[in-house]
Amino acid sequence: MGRITLDKVRKAFGDVEVIPPLDLTIEDGEFVVFVGPSGCGKSTLLRLIAGLEDVSGGEIRIDGQDATMVPPAKRGLAMVFQSYALYPHMSVRKNIAFPLRMAGLDAAEQERRVKAAADVLNLTDYLDRRPGQLSGGQRQRVAIGRAIVREPAAFLFDEPLSNLDAALRVGMRLEISELHKRLKTTMIYVTHDQVEAMTMADKIVVLRAGHIEQVGSPLELYRAPRNLFVAGFIGSPKMNLIGGAIAKQHDAATIGIRPEHISVSPEAGDWKGRVGVSEHLGSDTFFHVTCEGIGEPVTVRVGGEVDLSYGQTVWLTPDANQLHRFDDKGLRIA
Amino acid sequence: MATQHSRSAARLMMAPAVILLLGWMLVPLTMTLWFSFTRYLPMRGDSIERGLEWVGFENYVRFIGSSSFWPSVQATLMIVGGVLLITVVLGVLLAILLDQPMWGQGIVRILVIAPFFVMPTVSALVWKNMMMDPVNGMFSYIWRFFGADPVSWLSDASVPSIILIVSWQWLPFATLILLTAIQSLDSEQLEAAEMDGAPVLARFWFIVLPHLGRAITIVILIQTIFLLSIFAEIFVTTGGSFGTRTLTYLIFQRVVDSQNIGLGSAGGVYAIILANIVAIFLMRIVGKNLDR
Amino acid sequence: MARAVSTRRKIATTTLAWLVGLLIFFPIFWTILTSFKTEAQAINNPPLFWGFEFTLENYAVVQERSDYMRFLWNSVIIAGGSTLLGILIAVPAAWSMAFVPSKRTKDILLWMLSTKMLPAVGVLYPISLIFVELGLLDTRIGLIVILMLINLPIIVWMLYTYFREIPGEILEAARMDGAGLKEEILFVLTPMAIPGIASTILLNVILAWNEAFWTLNLTAANAAPLTAFIASYSSPEGLFYAKLSAASTMAIAPILILGWFSQKQLVRGLTFGAVK
Repeated sequence: MGRITLDKVRKAFGDVEVIPPLDLTIEDGEFVVFVGPSGCGKSTLLRLIAGLEDVSGGEIRIDGQDATMVPPAKRGLAMVFQSYALYPHMSVRKNIAFPLRMAGLDAAEQERRVKAAADVLNLTDYLDRRPGQLSGGQRQRVAIGRAIVREPAAFLFDEPLSNLDAALRVGMRLEISELHKRLKTTMIYVTHDQVEAMTMADKIVVLRAGHIEQVGSPLELYRAPRNLFVAGFIGSPKMNLIGGAIAKQHDAATIGIRPEHISVSPEAGDWKGRVGVSEHLGSDTFFHVTCEGIGEPVTVRVGGEVDLSYGQTVWLTPDANQLHRFDDKGLRIA
Repeated sequence: MATQHSRSAARLMMAPAVILLLGWMLVPLTMTLWFSFTRYLPMRGDSIERGLEWVGFENYVRFIGSSSFWPSVQATLMIVGGVLLITVVLGVLLAILLDQPMWGQGIVRILVIAPFFVMPTVSALVWKNMMMDPVNGMFSYIWRFFGADPVSWLSDASVPSIILIVSWQWLPFATLILLTAIQSLDSEQLEAAEMDGAPVLARFWFIVLPHLGRAITIVILIQTIFLLSIFAEIFVTTGGSFGTRTLTYLIFQRVVDSQNIGLGSAGGVYAIILANIVAIFLMRIVGKNLDR
Repeated sequence: MARAVSTRRKIATTTLAWLVGLLIFFPIFWTILTSFKTEAQAINNPPLFWGFEFTLENYAVVQERSDYMRFLWNSVIIAGGSTLLGILIAVPAAWSMAFVPSKRTKDILLWMLSTKMLPAVGVLYPISLIFVELGLLDTRIGLIVILMLINLPIIVWMLYTYFREIPGEILEAARMDGAGLKEEILFVLTPMAIPGIASTILLNVILAWNEAFWTLNLTAANAAPLTAFIASYSSPEGLFYAKLSAASTMAIAPILILGWFSQKQLVRGLTFGAVK
């Protein structure tokens, strides 16, 4: 079981309040991603749940039990660190077995569980190596192995993929999702990468300056961002945010339209503009179009290979059903 | 970065070291300070139990006023200054030499560093007898070989002799630290200077030496602290005669030989103040390094 | 990025460096060589570099006459004991300063350093008084305590600089894995810190072995280590060069060997981490 409840949890370092009182419930078996720009307090929040930092106020409950004052080792949580934090002087086998050894399990049971974890993570051939002899991806797997052998109530991941190169990152992302589907254990995952958040999460918590901006499933956040910050943060390429006269026409201070919800035509449309840089990805093509009456270039996403030359005049038409409207406080207008 | 629990544990674990050093610093220091204001001659029956006579600043005045004080300051300055000059200059040159590509670098390094590990009493005795003895010392053979009269080094040229012995002991320290510093110099900087047309001497003056500045300062400060209190080298060679009575040795003699504790303690307080002036500079440099 | 250096230049630097090295090493070399000569050959004019009668007699005489082994044993006990005691006290302190730093950590470290600057001669009499009072004069335990105290700042500093290189996340991982403070130190920190602790021990054994103020002033017959043993040769009778050499060789040999292993640590330890 792993239902985690934060009740008015607050954290201050001296006079600086990094997390103002905050409420959040994480259901058992959920994959929750904390996402936000660096310095938003997402890692601190994770460390509060882990017990590596003391809360300055409020209560943390794990499965209904007050865990606020419980030391990290007794919370039944496992954590995977950004730097992997493997013990360099121990073999992979000993690294994975360490939490079991600390729990006082007998040698045979330790060996059985290490074997099982190594099987799952494809580490069987590396059990006798030292962490220093492994690649980044393998180290990551060892760190995960060390977490899963304990059969914890919940896994905590602190930006676990940020030290891997892009190709490995995609692979590990899938592996972690796969692991979650199999174990069905609560996972809390911290990242600054909204793609990781969108692809892995059951529930995303968007944080800014210690505040929760929005909580919801990836598609809820995509479809109905509650404010300008979430609108700009979720989705890639970023949503086009347009103010001024064009927004006024829609009775809003700002309107937002995602690049994939704009159609391009060489003949006619709502906004006239000139094509700037085009980015060809093969599967998609991104155009950056400078439009009359809109300050920032508008990003447009078109499926497949489309060729428009630099400087060419085009017309853009936003899909009216997919238009997001925000008031002058940046909040969504329903 | 830590929980309340680990913070209190940390304080507890620091306690033994802090308490011991606090006691080590405060107890004897307080006693020295107290003695320095009293008339304390154990040979004439003064003792703490019977109560010491308070004499105010008399000991401080007498210590400075005595005929041995200024010569001892002079000897201290000459020895400390001489050793610093020799070790820093030769240390820089040696460090540069040892940084060059050569055969058997490791062995040369070991040869150069060896004197640092020789205990002070041994190096003083070896130099006194094996090297500087006017009859059987190596120097006397060399002098005679060239037809010169051997010199009684430790009586006729006592201060330079002490400087030589102590420099020999401390040159490895300076060399080792400066060599470490030189090796941390980015070779691209030197290559850039070479591309800019700077000749060897200019490269040394404008790039190597400024880079060594900090290390040289550290060498000077640390050596000064150790050199101010050199003892064994004088104890076993001249015993403080022939103008080699340093401040430290003078205090030692006041306390141990003449058993004038009050006077010696006043001298001790002067020495502590002197050492602290140097220490402040050293700690500022080390402290800056902690913030990195 | 090694550049091709002309062979001629390399020969020149090699020759120069070896000359300087041998010159600096000469007094030690000469002492060791003389220790194997007879007394008459030791003061032969011209000095004998070869062609002398190799003898070990001096070593036997030194041992017999002044009971070298007893001094050696005292040195070992005092240097080893003070280092061990210092490590036991310094490891927890350095651990907490490196991993649970507070605003005062820096001040405490600098203050500890400042106690190292205290001139020994300034507190000689009070310490002797305290030693007499506690019956510690001329005892090994007394010297162990004193040498531990004078080297404690260096030990704390060295360990601190080594501990700071251990990433804090690893200790947090251990905490998450269920390790208590004891297990954290025993299974994670100590194994990772072993190389640093070993270097610290090495340097401190050297410093304690060679300490020559307190060992000369606080011992007489019972607890005197090798520094005092050698000092007793400063007022010799008769021919004694070969014996002095043998005694000196025996006093410095163990530490010379240890010292060569600790060159790198020496720099870090003696500059309080300011030069690495």
